[in-house]
Amino acid sequence: MKAIAARRHHRFAPAVLLALALLLTGAVYAALAPSAASAAAPSESDIEAGEALFQANCATCHGPSAEGRDGVPSLIGVGAAAVDFQVSTGRMPMQMNGPQAMAKPPQLDEEQTRQLAAYVASLAPGPAIPTAEQVDTTDADPANGMAVFRTNCAMCHGAIGKGGALSEGKFAPDLSGSTPTQVYEAMLTGPQSMPVFNEANLSPEDKRDVIAFLEEQQAGSPGGTDLGAVGPVAEGLWVWVVGIGLLIGLSVWIGAKSS
Amino acid sequence: MSNEPTSADLTVHDGEHALPERFEDPGLGPHVARVGDTDPAAAKRSERQVVAMFGLSVLGTVGFLVAYFVVPADGTVEGVRLSNLLLGLGLFLAMFSIGIAAVHWAKTLMSDHERVEARHPQRSDAATREAAVAVLQEGAKDSGIGRRGVLKGAVVSAVALAPLSIAVPLIGEVGGDWNVSKFRHTVWTKGRKLARDPNGTPIKASEVTVGSVFHVIPEGLEEEEHWIEEKAKAVVLMVRLDPAVLKEAPERKDWSYEGIVAYSKICTHVGCPVALYEQQTHHLLCPCHQSTFDMADGAKVVFGPANRALPQLPITVDDEGYLVAQSDFHEPIGPSYWERLK
Repeated sequence: MKAIAARRHHRFAPAVLLALALLLTGAVYAALAPSAASAAAPSESDIEAGEALFQANCATCHGPSAEGRDGVPSLIGVGAAAVDFQVSTGRMPMQMNGPQAMAKPPQLDEEQTRQLAAYVASLAPGPAIPTAEQVDTTDADPANGMAVFRTNCAMCHGAIGKGGALSEGKFAPDLSGSTPTQVYEAMLTGPQSMPVFNEANLSPEDKRDVIAFLEEQQAGSPGGTDLGAVGPVAEGLWVWVVGIGLLIGLSVWIGAKSS
Repeated sequence: MSNEPTSADLTVHDGEHALPERFEDPGLGPHVARVGDTDPAAAKRSERQVVAMFGLSVLGTVGFLVAYFVVPADGTVEGVRLSNLLLGLGLFLAMFSIGIAAVHWAKTLMSDHERVEARHPQRSDAATREAAVAVLQEGAKDSGIGRRGVLKGAVVSAVALAPLSIAVPLIGEVGGDWNVSKFRHTVWTKGRKLARDPNGTPIKASEVTVGSVFHVIPEGLEEEEHWIEEKAKAVVLMVRLDPAVLKEAPERKDWSYEGIVAYSKICTHVGCPVALYEQQTHHLLCPCHQSTFDMADGAKVVFGPANRALPQLPITVDDEGYLVAQSDFHEPIGPSYWERLK
């Protein structure tokens, strides 16, 4: 210690100290921070954990090697995006048969969903989970999003994405509770009745604009209540039952003799 | 129990109970006094109620004015909504309260004695009628219409022809568009590229993956004259189906390209755009009247009021791999109309 203490006023001491501090910071950062490489490419252990989750939660219907069977789709090649969408919205694992799988509170946590997605993605290449940049709407154009939404989405999901009826008990869900990642994944993978809108059909910019348009709708309707924004049925019911009912009531009151 | 009719089942029409030839007007019933007519306290209460309603109206007006100045519609959704809500409530209170106050006032405090005002006869008395006829006759005699024949002809002709200046343009407008052939054709021609709606970029066959749906317009549509009308006829929905599920009529085998099929998006029922495509069942649902078409089987009707399949657009690919039309539709698109042969 005496030797070090004697040299602490050496003219190279600050440079050596700085170099040591930088090395230490780098080592601590490397040890603690999640590396970009591990987020992009899941580790072997993730895939193994995902396979265990798959055998426990999914294999009953989709088969032990995810090959599917009659009425149950094969999961080979659906990609991580499909798994993340279905599991994070609670649609899978499915609770019961019906016209379509219903959204419910997620059955697996985020870590388990990531592992399951890693396992299914390892079976065959498929659409990946969109990155944070892909769903970042800072520079998006909601006006273009509206034009794209009107042509491709509004016929089922309604003019502002509040959902609508399909045939035989199926329906297009309300999009107001969906995260941007889930909306992107749904376009990319086409869950259940919904068709696929691949990156060649709707470019990543178009998809981002659609998400921006949907985010604008969260502010609500400037005209007051939108009666669910499901179109003329709700509005007609309101006018014919409540509106005409009030008019009839007032007419009867005006015509009745006072007691 | 016997089924024989008993005397209690029968209505007896004897001389005494026969219906009268003409019902007498029963007139007004006895007047029933209101509580307020006899009890001054009740009348006072009604008065206070009416005053309160007018007061509510004043509050509504004041509220409207306060909202107008204090909560301006600042352009944000929340601001506009709050402003609309407060202005609307104020206006409603101001107007509706005056209305119910006036009705309540009339019903409880103003006189409610029934009065009968019989209609007076409409026929004028004989002297007035004779005088009127005399004036008319004198006028006709003075104009000389009886002896001046040409004048009579001229006035009748002028008055009879004058309405033509209204009738001819009216009927002419109705009959102005007899070009029925435009219902039979769309702007699709051989070699015209299929493009994305709304941005108009052409589509390569390799981009249409199984399960995808593309909303298609003809490339360069906006350069057409009346392009919005042309778009309304030419829109197409295109999907790629697994060849295992695709059923094709033998004469239409070469109308598709590797499982990619394109059908008119205009419903054959009343012409709504049919676009609710359910990927798993290959069914295409019309939102207006729930007609359902099977895209895997020639877009034939599987449910609903439409009675013809959607017309198919024959497609192929060009040298660069872009999807192009082989020709126009082979039948008129959209709903039936009078001149359509089938």
